[in-house]
Amino acid sequence: MNILVCISKAPDTTSKIAFTDGNTKFDENGVQFIVNPYDEWYALVRGIELKEANGGSVTTVTVGGADADPIIRKALAIGADKAVRIDTAEGDPGSVAAQIAAYAKDQDFDMILTGKETINYNGGVVGGMIAEHLDLPYISLATKLDMNGGVAEISREVQGGVEVVEVDGPFVLSAAKGMAEQRIPNMRGIMAARTKPLEVVPAADVASNTAINTYALPEEKGDCTYVDADNPAELVRLLNEEAKVL
Amino acid sequence: MRTDQYQGHDYYLMDDLLTEEHKLIRDTARAWVKKEVSPIIEKAFEEGKFPRHLIKGIAEIGGFGPYIPTEYGGAGLDQISYGLIMQELERCDSGLRSTSSVQSSLVMYPIWKYGTEEQRQKFLPGLASGELVGCFGLTEPDHGSNPGGMTTNFKDMGDHYLLNGAKMWISNAPFADVAVVWAKDESGRIHGLIVERGMEGFSTPTMTGKWSLRASDTGELIFEDVKVPKENLMPGRSGLGAPLSCLDSARYGIAWGAIGAALDCYDIALRYAKERKQFDRPIAGFQLQQKKLAEMITEITKAQLFTHRLGQLRNEGRATSAQISMAKRNNVDMAINIAREARQILGGMGIINEYPIMRHMMNLESVITYEGTHDVHLLITGMDITGENAFK
Repeated sequence: MNILVCISKAPDTTSKIAFTDGNTKFDENGVQFIVNPYDEWYALVRGIELKEANGGSVTTVTVGGADADPIIRKALAIGADKAVRIDTAEGDPGSVAAQIAAYAKDQDFDMILTGKETINYNGGVVGGMIAEHLDLPYISLATKLDMNGGVAEISREVQGGVEVVEVDGPFVLSAAKGMAEQRIPNMRGIMAARTKPLEVVPAADVASNTAINTYALPEEKGDCTYVDADNPAELVRLLNEEAKVL
Repeated sequence: MRTDQYQGHDYYLMDDLLTEEHKLIRDTARAWVKKEVSPIIEKAFEEGKFPRHLIKGIAEIGGFGPYIPTEYGGAGLDQISYGLIMQELERCDSGLRSTSSVQSSLVMYPIWKYGTEEQRQKFLPGLASGELVGCFGLTEPDHGSNPGGMTTNFKDMGDHYLLNGAKMWISNAPFADVAVVWAKDESGRIHGLIVERGMEGFSTPTMTGKWSLRASDTGELIFEDVKVPKENLMPGRSGLGAPLSCLDSARYGIAWGAIGAALDCYDIALRYAKERKQFDRPIAGFQLQQKKLAEMITEITKAQLFTHRLGQLRNEGRATSAQISMAKRNNVDMAINIAREARQILGGMGIINEYPIMRHMMNLESVITYEGTHDVHLLITGMDITGENAFK
């Protein structure tokens, strides 16, 4: 089984968010970068589990510069067999999907897995766009993925319930919480990652169709006032007189 | 216990001095601790038992002899990697770090440095994988700061050695499979012997009643006419310098570990001070609390800087025993003071085991005493700079 897992780089969730160059650039000074948790905890780990159960190989693919190599090494330490980095600055989701599709189209993968979203820009569309480029079925927000012979049995969250899907043949899937348990690399994995192949491939000629003009921080949250559940009159009074929204 | 919300603090961007692999090793240890140890550590401390099921996990994150070469089952890493693992373990609990650093520096290190090739092959892979647990017998009931006065001794009986004596305050002793024991030969020269569980006359009673390192098992080693095979003597080095060189390695690990304990106390106190309100504002806004927090991060940052430098010197084989003493002494003192100040910031909550601060504080009372007391390390520095020995 030949599995491709898309891995992206995201700031650690505890990072202080700041901007430079007149609020046009994210300030990376002192920021720790991690593997996007949905890519790591769910897509990558499930891919590795399927490989361990059925044989085959797990390849990760990342669009980015050499600054993405540390998070790629972590994916290798967790258990991916090899990694590919498409050598260009990460652009908007459309360009990232086009780059990955351009790489994957000749590679004969049985499945392409992504996380359900990235925690930096809350993007969640790369998987669907890859599927469209490659004319493959796309299953989003999957919480369960099992292989039964050549058929993938997939559960996905839908409004008010769970939808069970079967797919035969190659597909693209975005993984959500529940797909797998976090896997912490061990020392053997970290040592093995040193020598696993990280292939750097040239980028396809794809333009980013969007550009970021400015960044702004959200307004600070105001103080929270608690109102006794038995006192709706007080709640109405506060909404009317203090918040002035009624 | 509350969810472990710990995040590292790196005021001087020290991470820039680390390799990507260093960071991966540290973050792996941190993630493992949060997942496997933080949820159970308070209970283990309360019950006074080392959670032995953690041995396998400590081995998997490289916590046993990470700098031992790969041919003996180690990871072949540098000294900064070792330090970072010790920091992350002690960030959770000094007892957890003790189990790991005793096995690494006081058992695997002497076997690697002073053992025969057969001894290395026989013991090191099992110790690295956690199949074997080791302990180190130097301190005796009547000989703590003066280990050279030890009375444990062995006689050459022709085809074996006959070992007699007792060791005390031995981490891991109650469940150790092997003990690296320092004893005098008939001429009074100190040698290292590998004593294995099951040898007749060898027992390891547990020491109880500790108010500190309660999540680590401590015991005695008692030798009553123990027949030790001759091939269990480590021939590479004799004299007091041999065990002291192991202590250099362990003290170096403690210097890093203490930073971990201090970081945990600071991290909790900072978060608490920002959330806790008195007089309608977070207590972090009051000058006296800011003074405590600002001094904490200043002291932590200083310790991070000079301990990293010590790691570089150890990587180059240039760190002196006296330099290691200075770091051990400074960092443990720094950590214990930060634990006390952090406890004050938390007020009454600081004494409850919902937070780990009192546990760190109690643990650090051992750490400031073992592997060379706070005072003895001062005298080592004093002797180093003046050339005068003030020990005796």
